[in-house]
Amino acid sequence: MSAPSRRDFLRLGVTAGGALLLEIALPGCGGPPRAVAAANGGVAFVPNAWLRIEPDDRIIFVLDRVEMGQGTMTGQAQLVAEELAIDPSRLVVELAPANRAYDNPDAGLGFQATGGSTSTRASFIPLRTAAATAREALRQAAARKWGVALATCTAENGAIVHAASGRRARYGELAADAAREDVDAPALKPAKDFRVIGKAVPRLDIRAKVDGSAVYGIDVKVPGLAVAVVLRAPVLGAKLLGFDAAEAKAQPGVVDVIAIPTGVAVVAETYWRARRAAQAVRVRWSEGETHLDTERLRSAYRARLESSGVAQRNDGSFASAERRAARVVDALYEVPYLAHATLEPQNATAVVKDGRCEVWAPTQAPGLAREAVRSVTGFAYDDIVVHQTLLGGGFGRRLAQDYVVEAVHVALRVHRPVKVIWSREDDTRHDVYRPMAMTRVRAAIGRNGALDGWFQRIVSQSIAANVGPEWVHAFLPNRVPLSLKASMGRSAAITFGGGALFDETTAEGARDLAYGIPNVRVEHAVMAAEVPVGFWRSVGFSHNVFVTESFFDEVAHAMGRDPFELRRSLLAKAPRHRRVLELAAEKVGWGTPAKPGVFRGIAQARSFESYAAHVAEVSVHGAEVKVHRVVAAVDCGTVVNPDIVRAQVEGGIAFGLGAALRQEITLDAGRVTQGNFDDFEPLRIHEMPEVEVHVVPSDEPPTGIGEPGLPPIAPAVANAIFHATNRRVRRMPFSRAFAEDAAATVKGRTP
Amino acid sequence: MVTAPQVITLHVNGAVHRVEVPPDVPLLWVIREELGLTGTKFGCGAALCGACTVHIDGEPRRSCVTPVGEVGGKAIVTIEGLTAGGAEVAAVQEAWIEESVPQCGYCQVGQIMSTAALLRARPAPTDEDIDAVLSANLCRCGTYIRIRRAVHKAAEKLAAKSDGAKSGGDP
Repeated sequence: MSAPSRRDFLRLGVTAGGALLLEIALPGCGGPPRAVAAANGGVAFVPNAWLRIEPDDRIIFVLDRVEMGQGTMTGQAQLVAEELAIDPSRLVVELAPANRAYDNPDAGLGFQATGGSTSTRASFIPLRTAAATAREALRQAAARKWGVALATCTAENGAIVHAASGRRARYGELAADAAREDVDAPALKPAKDFRVIGKAVPRLDIRAKVDGSAVYGIDVKVPGLAVAVVLRAPVLGAKLLGFDAAEAKAQPGVVDVIAIPTGVAVVAETYWRARRAAQAVRVRWSEGETHLDTERLRSAYRARLESSGVAQRNDGSFASAERRAARVVDALYEVPYLAHATLEPQNATAVVKDGRCEVWAPTQAPGLAREAVRSVTGFAYDDIVVHQTLLGGGFGRRLAQDYVVEAVHVALRVHRPVKVIWSREDDTRHDVYRPMAMTRVRAAIGRNGALDGWFQRIVSQSIAANVGPEWVHAFLPNRVPLSLKASMGRSAAITFGGGALFDETTAEGARDLAYGIPNVRVEHAVMAAEVPVGFWRSVGFSHNVFVTESFFDEVAHAMGRDPFELRRSLLAKAPRHRRVLELAAEKVGWGTPAKPGVFRGIAQARSFESYAAHVAEVSVHGAEVKVHRVVAAVDCGTVVNPDIVRAQVEGGIAFGLGAALRQEITLDAGRVTQGNFDDFEPLRIHEMPEVEVHVVPSDEPPTGIGEPGLPPIAPAVANAIFHATNRRVRRMPFSRAFAEDAAATVKGRTP
Repeated sequence: MVTAPQVITLHVNGAVHRVEVPPDVPLLWVIREELGLTGTKFGCGAALCGACTVHIDGEPRRSCVTPVGEVGGKAIVTIEGLTAGGAEVAAVQEAWIEESVPQCGYCQVGQIMSTAALLRARPAPTDEDIDAVLSANLCRCGTYIRIRRAVHKAAEKLAAKSDGAKSGGDP
C-alpha cells in the first residue's frame, strides 16, 4: 500500500531514436513504458518523468500540475530552469498525461491533482532534484568526455563549460552521453545562488493566451468528433423516467439520443445542432428532492445549531470561561451555497475504441479522471489515456470529474469520438457547490477585560462525504481491485457523512484560530449530504474566516479595543500572522483617517500554510457597498515568481469579493434558482478595487498562493461596513444581509 | 421547429467562406465549429460575459447571440485575423503581455477584441470609458487591475505610433 518513492523516478534512462520511451518506474502498476513520438531521431536523454533533453538541444519539461491561471506552468518551469541553469523560456512545456509518476507529492493529496495551493510547495524540492539530476549527468558526461575533473565543469546557460580550456558543449550534444551516467543525490543550488527563482519572469503561456491559439478542453479537435449536450434532472435527485426523442432524432446532423446516468445525452455533429435537437426532446423525470429549499434548509441548519457538534478543538474549558465571564458576545453567521462559474463551461472529449479509452479534459485531477474512466469502462489502467489541456479556470470545480464520466458514457454508446459541452446554465445548476454553512459564535470576556473564551459551532455538509467515493479510488494503489475500491469509497462517504470521522475542511479557518485565547472550543455538526458540494477556492477558509474575523471585530468593539491592536496583542505567539497584519496596517496607514466617507476594515488568516492580511477601504451608500482599495500583505515563504504571487492575491480578492457582495446559489423546491451571469454575477471591472500587494521577504520554504488571498477579503469588507454604518453584516452575500435589514426595518423590528 | 438551412457567405478575417446553416444559428458556433476558429470562446450564450466578442464591420459584437444570417457579406474579424494585422490589436496584445494580464486566459481574447474596438473609437480612453465598455467582459480570475493598466498602455503605444507617423519621415 505504500506510495512509490520519488527516488524511483529519478533514475536515468536512455531511449534510442525512432521512439522515445518515457521510462517511469511504477511499482504496483506494471504498465509498459509509454512511448513518446521521436522528434528528430538520434538519442534523447530522459533523466526522469519530467525532463527530456533531445539531441537537437530542445529541453522538454513535462508539467505534471495543471495550468488553470494560477501560473503553475511558469512557476514550475522556473524551478527546473534554476537547476538546469537556463532561461525558463528555453523549456518546451508538455502537459503530463495521467500517470502515477505524477502523483502530487503533497501528502494531503497523494494522487495526480492540482489543488489546495500545493504545486509550488510540494514540488519545490522534487522538481529541482529532477532538474539537478539532469544537470549533474550532463556535467559528468562532459567531464568524462574531456578527461577533466568534474569540479571544473560548470552548467551555464544551457551548456557545460570547461573554463580552463574554453571547451563548451550544449546539453543536446551531451544528451547521449549523459544518458549513460548515474547520478546519486544531486546537490541543489543554495538560495543565495538563485537566478531564476524569485524573478518575475514572463508567464510561458502568455503569448498563446493573447493570440487565441491556447487550447482549452473545449477547443480539442479529434477526427470524427461528435458533440453531446446532456439534459440533466431539473430537480435535485430526480430520476429519469423516460423520454421521447423521435422529433429530435429526425433533425439533420443528429447522431443519437441516449440515456446516460446523469440524464439524456443528445449527440450531434456539432454543438449547435445538439443544442437545437435537445429542445425537441421530451423528458419525464420523477419528482425529486423538492424539499430541498433554501428557506427550509436554513430552518434545519438553525435547529441543528441548537444541538451539539463534534469538537475539532477544545482548549481549556469554554463552559467555565462563559460561567465566569463579565460579558458574553454571541452571534449567528451564515453563508450560502456557491457555484464556481469557471468561464470555460465543463466539457470533456472521449474516444473509446477496441477496449481502450482516451480522454482530453480540462481537469484539475488527471488521476481522478483516469479512475473515473476505469469505473465506467472497467478497462485496465494501461488502456486508459488521459490528456490534460489548459483550463479556463478551475477554482476547485474541476477536481470533480462528472464531465469526464458523461463523455465516456456517451462515447461507449455512440462508437465515435464525443465531446460533451455544458451550457452556462448546466454549469451553474449542476455544480458541486461550496457548502452552505451556519455558525454560532460566542466570546467570553473576563472580569479583567481579557478575551477568555471562544466558542464556534459550524453546521454544514461534509465535502469529504461527497467526494470520498471518487477520491478513495485515486488514493489507493492501482493494484487494488475496482470492486474493493468501490466499497471502500462507499464506506468513506458513510464515515464522513455520518460524522464518524471529521472532515478537516469543515472547520478550517476556525479550528486553527491563532489568537492567544485560553479557552477555545470549535465544533462541527454535519448535515446530510443532500446537495452536491465540493472544493471552492480556499474551501472551508472561504466561509470560516469570514465568521472568525468578523466576529473577532465584534468582540474588539465590545471590549472597546481597536480591532487591529487587539489582533496584534493576541498574536504575540504567532509571529508570521502578526507580521502580515502589521505590514498591511502600516502600508494602509491604520490609525490615520481614510478619505472622507471611506472606512477601513482589517482581517487576517493563515491558509494553505501562507499568511495574509487585508485592509479594505469601503464606502456605503444605502445598500450599495463600494470597495475602493485593498492593501494586502502576504507571507508565502520563498517567492518563486513575485508577479504571479501578486496576480493570485489580486485574483483571490476579486473572486472573494464577488461572493461577498452578491453571489449565492439558492434552491427553490429542489431546483437551483440561478442559471447564468445575470443572476450569479461575478465581480466586474468597474467594481474592482485598487489592490496593493506587499510580500514579506522570506527564506522559509514556499507555501500556497492560489487561495490564501481570498479568505480575509469578505471579513475585511464586512468590518469596514460596520465602521461605515454601525451595521454588522453577518450574512453572505452582503446584498442579502442588507435586504434582510431593510425588511426588518419595514416590520418595525430593531435589526 | 427547426429553421431550414441556407447558404450564407461569410467574410471572416479577409477570407470568404460559404456555409450552409440555419440563419438563426449563433455566429459563435459557425466560427468555432464550421470554420474551426476556436480562439473565440463560449462562456454564457447570452451576451453576459463577452468571451465571444468579435468585430463585425469594425464594431464589437457578442457572437453568441448574433444570428449568422444577419452578418452575411459583412466583414467579420476574430482574434485569429487580428493577430495577422491591425494596429490596435497588435498594440493591445503587446500591452497585455507587458502587463502580464492573463491568468487562465479564457476571457482574454474577448477582452482584447473589446479593447481594440474601444481604442479605435476612443484613442485615449478614461477609466470611465474603460468601465463602460469592459464591464461587459467578465474575467473570473480577476485580472481587472491589469486589464485597466494594459488598456492605458496600449493607448499610449498607439498614440506614440501615430505621433511618429504624423511627424513623418523615417526614424
